[in-house]
Amino acid sequence: MSEHGTESAGEHVSQPGTALRLEQGQVEGAGNSEGQVGIPDRFSNPGLPPHVSRSADLDEVAAHRAERQVATLFGISMVATLTFLVAYFAIDQRTYQFIPGIGQASLSNIVLGVSLGVSLLCIGLGAVHWAKTLMPDTEVTEDRHPQRSSDEARHETVETLEAGGRASQLGRRPMIKYMLGGALGLFALPLVVQLAGSLGPLPKADLATTFWRRGMRLMRDPEMTPIKASDVTLGSVFHVLPEGIDKSHDVLEEKAKAAVILVSLPPAVIRVPRERDWGHDGIVAYSKICTHVGCPVGLYEHRTHHLLCPCHQSTFDVANDCEVIFGPAHRPLPQLKITVDAKGYLVADAPFLQPVGPSYWER
Amino acid sequence: MSPTSTPKGAASLRADDVKPEALTKGPKSRTGGLASWVDDRTSAARPTSYLLKKVFPDHWSFMLGEIAMFSLIILLVTGTFLTFWFVPSAGRVIYNGSYVPLKGIPMSEAFKSTVDISFDVRGGLIMRQIHHWSALLFTVSITVHMFRVFFTGAFRKPREINWVIGTILSLLAINEGFTGYSLPDDLLSGTGIRAAEGFIQSVPVIGSYMAYFLFGGAFPGEAIIPRLFTVHVLLLPAVIVGLFTAHIVLVAVHKHTQYPGPGKTNDNVVGYPFMPVYLAKSGGFFFIVFGITTLMAALVTINPIWLYGPYDPSPVTAGSQPDWYMGFADGALRLFPGFAEFNVFGFTLSLNVFIPSLIVMPLLYTIAGAYPFIESWVTGDKREHHLLDRPRNAPTRTGLGVMAISFYLILFLAAGNDLIAIKLGLSINDITQTLRILLLVVPPLAYWVTKRICMSLQRRDHDLVLHGRESGRVVRTAEGSFFEVHEPLPEHERWTLVQHETLTPLQLTATVDANEVRRKSTRRERLRAKISSFYFADGVHPVTPAELAAAHHDGSAREAIETGQDSGAQEPSDQGWVGQLHGGADERPETDAYASHEDGVDSSPTSER
Repeated sequence: MSEHGTESAGEHVSQPGTALRLEQGQVEGAGNSEGQVGIPDRFSNPGLPPHVSRSADLDEVAAHRAERQVATLFGISMVATLTFLVAYFAIDQRTYQFIPGIGQASLSNIVLGVSLGVSLLCIGLGAVHWAKTLMPDTEVTEDRHPQRSSDEARHETVETLEAGGRASQLGRRPMIKYMLGGALGLFALPLVVQLAGSLGPLPKADLATTFWRRGMRLMRDPEMTPIKASDVTLGSVFHVLPEGIDKSHDVLEEKAKAAVILVSLPPAVIRVPRERDWGHDGIVAYSKICTHVGCPVGLYEHRTHHLLCPCHQSTFDVANDCEVIFGPAHRPLPQLKITVDAKGYLVADAPFLQPVGPSYWER
Repeated sequence: MSPTSTPKGAASLRADDVKPEALTKGPKSRTGGLASWVDDRTSAARPTSYLLKKVFPDHWSFMLGEIAMFSLIILLVTGTFLTFWFVPSAGRVIYNGSYVPLKGIPMSEAFKSTVDISFDVRGGLIMRQIHHWSALLFTVSITVHMFRVFFTGAFRKPREINWVIGTILSLLAINEGFTGYSLPDDLLSGTGIRAAEGFIQSVPVIGSYMAYFLFGGAFPGEAIIPRLFTVHVLLLPAVIVGLFTAHIVLVAVHKHTQYPGPGKTNDNVVGYPFMPVYLAKSGGFFFIVFGITTLMAALVTINPIWLYGPYDPSPVTAGSQPDWYMGFADGALRLFPGFAEFNVFGFTLSLNVFIPSLIVMPLLYTIAGAYPFIESWVTGDKREHHLLDRPRNAPTRTGLGVMAISFYLILFLAAGNDLIAIKLGLSINDITQTLRILLLVVPPLAYWVTKRICMSLQRRDHDLVLHGRESGRVVRTAEGSFFEVHEPLPEHERWTLVQHETLTPLQLTATVDANEVRRKSTRRERLRAKISSFYFADGVHPVTPAELAAAHHDGSAREAIETGQDSGAQEPSDQGWVGQLHGGADERPETDAYASHEDGVDSSPTSER
């Protein structure tokens, strides 16, 4: 390449008027030198392309057509608005109508929505059509100026700031500086303390305890009827709440911790002896609150004995003490120790012995 | 009053006032009269005329931000309507309204009032559905607007601050959406709040305290609905509207960017004035966005909370997904493996929840917000940029953008892993495992593929400028060979393809200074040079006039840039069709063609004319 130019920073400069090879990246012309007509180093901006007139600019008939179209769109909008007003009073809120493609739907909602939508849409389409056909379309150029202010202005601002600082004597009187810093640093604290301190109570042991007590019957959710051990057929699954939870003061708060799922397995498939002991004849009860983020683990697959959480798909193996076999949860679901009372109903033999639900630091 | 001034009569205090007749001078039309009245009191004439004459460039992609802006207005309007009927209370009531399937069921007042808006308030359902559809449109348009700004390099100086504001707006918008769809207290959104409570509990050390403070006690409690309501209708909207105003003011201060093209420079704005063109176009577009949103709300049901029922911690619906914009965070939760929960000195460190739920989102947004500063550090480019990049001309940036999008999309897909499993009849475990692997494999691949595509597109531009367009006209020469005439690109078309500048990687300066003393901080510079070369090492330079002239002189297809052979420049032909003949090799006499091969790779290229 030495015959063609000198190499500098990966670019190549040609001598004026010479042919070049094109393989070496950017090749720049050396410009106009020594009176020779040379090749400029870059292309120059050719300026705006010639303006192309629209038919409405040249043809009065086309302009009239555009005017009529815009006016028609605005007209449709007015009709649609009136339709809305009439429909608002005329159509009963509880009228349902079969609409092809949608199905059974509220007539009022559809008529009100469509008429309002058409009314708005036609205003918009009319305005845009007007702008595109009739308003001037000659491009206008506006100059930009750098964001940077003039040096004097910047200098003046800094000068004013510094002069103000000096005039306040902040530098000379450090006592004021430090005390002001302290006061400003502290004044927000009462606001923060008021807010944080009054938002809610401390959790204490609340997260670690549930409504379950020894001897409470297991009740069907939501019927709240007790469950006889003999009614629990093999492979069946029950959603369970503790007896009396519906009479509790904080029903939802208690439910959010006490919900339990009851599953009946063949005792032989249960692989953990403690799980078998804490159950009754293959009937085992586990917390239904996922140990991941607390969704109810509601999906039971009775052939594989897997419990699946519908929120994030953590999967628990009921045959293996509800250990996590898949998904983002880490801990097994806690087991509720159950037994049967004198009348044959399933009852809790002990409260949950560990916190249920999602993990937290001090659990 | 200064002590030197002489006492004057009361009348003289007003002696400098402008005479009343001077005030009335001004434009004589009716508009002029009103404008004068206002201007007398506000001196608004100059700024108003400046704004009316302001020029906006025209491009479809500039409408994306407008959709977000108009959706925000629609949300404010319809949201205000909804507050007139919505009761932000968790108080328990028994439903006895007109929707029969829910009769007699205990529920919160929030849920009941939402059902009432849907069934008993005339036109209430349409307002609710416009509000919800509009929220989805708001978040979609913000996201796509961000893509536009990113891929065209519109975030570069002087617009970095506006990019950061936009990033914060996007983050606030999705959280505003979450607080909004949680308000009806239905089974689906209640499950979402339940999960959110689990996220907060996972915060190391203070998680359970934070949860009890936010919920005013145990979950769900009666405090969360009114608190979310205040956040949703007061706190977040105020911040969003404030930041949005700053966003728009900065757009006006900077003047809008424009795509490169003939007549457009870094020092001008080419477009149409606000009055009347953009007043009509933008104003009209507001009504178009509102109209289409309303039609969707009329014809497509969204969030039918009456089918989900009121929130109850015990039941759950299968296939529960959040609104789309929270999908990526939900997907991260689903993909994050469970082994990341640890026992630390008897305490539980639940990183399997904490990282995907509370770290991923802020982290992604921080990276996005910091990107302009990273890029300007790497490029060392401190100039103002008002001309947009064509994405292909910034292959590394475009590649990184697509990499981020692919990462986001896989998280988003993961939030629907259960739906995919059901619809396609696949194993959910396989899908989740596959997505875990894809999350690590696809983004780098997407980067690489995108970068290669961009560079191919650059080469195509390059070739198009050098060789022009095939005209379809085949000419037979006197020697009997055939070639197709290529027409050079018109100047105005060519400019778009050659206007961009190429940045070369930063070069390392000497590690010792003039006095042979080792310079400090070379490690930082080495890193910067390395990243810089990652960005720019394999750029395709835009065609220069010299190259175009060379292609014309050469007059054959044997330009080395195409063939990769070191065939050298041939003697230019003198036959008068120089510059238009870029057909096959046949257009040259065979002897020439052989001659160049015989010369071999190291032949000294002929250059004399």
